Amino acid sequence: MGQTLVQKILARATGRSFVSVGDILEPAVDLAMSHENAALVINQFLEIYKGTGLEPKVWDPDKIAIIFDHRVPAESAKTATNQKIVRDFVANQGIKKFHDIRTDEMGICHQILPENGYIRPGYVVVGTDSHTTSHGALGAFSFGIGATEMASVWTLGRILNVQVPETIKITVDGKFQKFVEPKDLILYIVGLLGAEGANFKVIEFHGETIRNLSTSGRLTICNMTVEAGATSGIVPPDEETIRYLREVANVQDEIEIICPDEDAKYEREIKIDVTNLEPQIACPHTVDNVKPISEVAGVKINQIVLGSCTNGRLEDLEAAAKILKGKKIAKGVRMLVFPASGRILKEAIRRGYILDLMEAGAVVVNPGCGPCLGVHQGALGDGEIALSTTNRNFKGRMGNPNSEVYLCSPSVAAVSAIHGVITDPRNGG
Amino acid sequence: MGKVIYVLGDDISTDIIYPGRYMATVLPSETPKYVFDDIEELHEILVKGKFQPGDFIVAGKNFGCGSSREQAVSTLRGYDVRIIAKNFARIFLQNSINLGLPTFICPEIEAEIGDELEIIDDRVINKTKNKEFKLQLHHKSRQAIIDAGGLIPYTRMLLLQERIK
Repeated sequence: MGQTLVQKILARATGRSFVSVGDILEPAVDLAMSHENAALVINQFLEIYKGTGLEPKVWDPDKIAIIFDHRVPAESAKTATNQKIVRDFVANQGIKKFHDIRTDEMGICHQILPENGYIRPGYVVVGTDSHTTSHGALGAFSFGIGATEMASVWTLGRILNVQVPETIKITVDGKFQKFVEPKDLILYIVGLLGAEGANFKVIEFHGETIRNLSTSGRLTICNMTVEAGATSGIVPPDEETIRYLREVANVQDEIEIICPDEDAKYEREIKIDVTNLEPQIACPHTVDNVKPISEVAGVKINQIVLGSCTNGRLEDLEAAAKILKGKKIAKGVRMLVFPASGRILKEAIRRGYILDLMEAGAVVVNPGCGPCLGVHQGALGDGEIALSTTNRNFKGRMGNPNSEVYLCSPSVAAVSAIHGVITDPRNGG
Repeated sequence: MGKVIYVLGDDISTDIIYPGRYMATVLPSETPKYVFDDIEELHEILVKGKFQPGDFIVAGKNFGCGSSREQAVSTLRGYDVRIIAKNFARIFLQNSINLGLPTFICPEIEAEIGDELEIIDDRVINKTKNKEFKLQLHHKSRQAIIDAGGLIPYTRMLLLQERIK
C-alpha cells in the first residue's frame, strides 16, 4: 500500500520502510526552531537537567535555529532581558543558526528558515510557533510544538509522541483571475474546512495551480493551514522547490526529493477550481468566518497592515506597491508595512517598492512580527477596525479586545487603503 | 467531584486564554495572573479564588486553537481546575499533557454553571442533570507522560537511561 508524503518522511526519520496512520513514533528531528520564547525553552531545558549531575548540553547545536522576531527591537525591559538570556545561551551552546536584531540577518522565523536554506524536502521540522506549518511549502513535515516539548527535543534530538496523521489531499486547478492571489485560496480553504476541520491532520497540496506557484505563494498557503487546525500543510517538492533552494537559498549540496506514492491513501480528497474564485475576506473574530469580498465590500477601515510570515514577502510588497504607486492612502487611514526579512526589505528598497509605499503615506516598520499578535507595535484603539494581510483575527489579537480585524490579500489591502473601505481590486484600484 | 464554574463556546483561542500582550511573561510562576484577561467574569473567579479545588471549566470544540504559546496552559495550571471540552486543538492538548493540566475530551458534554460533575473511569456524570457522557481517553503514550508527572520528569528519565547506556 502506498504512503502519503508525511508517512514517507516519518518512515525515513524512524528508520523504517513503512508507517501506518495512528502509529506513535519518536522521529529524529532535522531542525528545531524557536523565537523569543526560547527563553522559556531554556528555562524548561535547564529544569530537565536539574539533579541529574549532567552538564546541560543541547543534542546538536547545528540543528537548532533561534530567530528574534516577535518583539524587535525589544519593547520592554522584560523582553530585552529575555533576549539577553537567549543570546548568552546561544553563545555557550555554540548555536550558529541564530538571527539577532540586525538587518543583515533579521526577519520573521518563517521567512528566515527557508531563505537561508535551513529547510530541505523530507526534513522533520519542529518549531515553538504554530505557523511552523509554513515550511511544508518546501516538502518538509513541519509543525508547531510547545516550549517544554522543545526542551525535550533539545535534550533527546527526537520528538516523543508523534502520532502518524491522516492526510487530506487538496488538488487545485485553474488560473487565478487578476488580483486573486494564494492568500485568497487559503482563506477559501480555511472557510471550507472550518477552524477545526483538519485538526490532527495534514493537508497535502496537488494540482496545476500549486505547481505553477512560486515558493513564496506556497509558503503563504502552508502558513495558514494551521487555521483549519492542521498539524501541517505540505507541497510535494518539484522543480520550483529546487530552483528556490538553489537560487534564493543558495543551497550548494545535494537535494533529495521525496514524493508521495501514487497509490497513497488519503482521509479525503477535495478538488478546487480557482478560475472563478473572487478575493476572500476572513471576518471577525474567527479565521474560518470567510466571505467573498462582494459580501463585505464597503466596510470602513482605520488601519491597514501589510506584512507578516503570511504576506510579507517580495511578491506581496510588489503587488501592493504596484497598486499604490502614484496614489495616496485615504485620509484618516494609517497603513503599516512590515517586511518578512531584512533581505526582503533591502531588495524592496532596491526595486523602489518601499519608496512607492512611503510616498503613498505608508509607515514602513522594521522586519518582524509587528502588530500581528498585538505585542509590539500598531495596536488598535477601542472600536477600531483593521484590514490585515496577517493570519489571525481572534478577538483581541491586535492588542485590543474592543477592536475588529479582517484578513485579506496584499492587493485587497493596498486598494482598500486608497479608498478607506474594503474594496475589490478587480473593480478599479 | 466538582462544580462547573464557567461554560465557554467553540474555538476558544489561546489569545483569549492568554492574550498576546502578556507574552513577554514566560515563567509558569508568573503567567497565572493574566488568565482569561479579556473575559472579566472568568478572570475574577480564578484570580480571586471563587472556586473549589478540582472544579471544572467546560468548553466546546477546538479549545486552545491558534498560537502554540505554552503560557495558555501554564496560566491555567496555576489554578486547581479541570478542563472538559468537546475536543482540543492539537498543540494545546499536547502542552496540557506535558505540563500536567487535567484535560478531558468529552464530545457530547452538556453542562451549565453550577452543575455537579464527577469523573469515573471513562465517563463524566452530570449529577445535577442526571446524565452520563463518554470520555475519549488519552492514548497510552500520552498517559505515560501524565503518569510521570509531565514531560520534564519524563524526559529526565529518558536522558538518564540513555546516558547510562
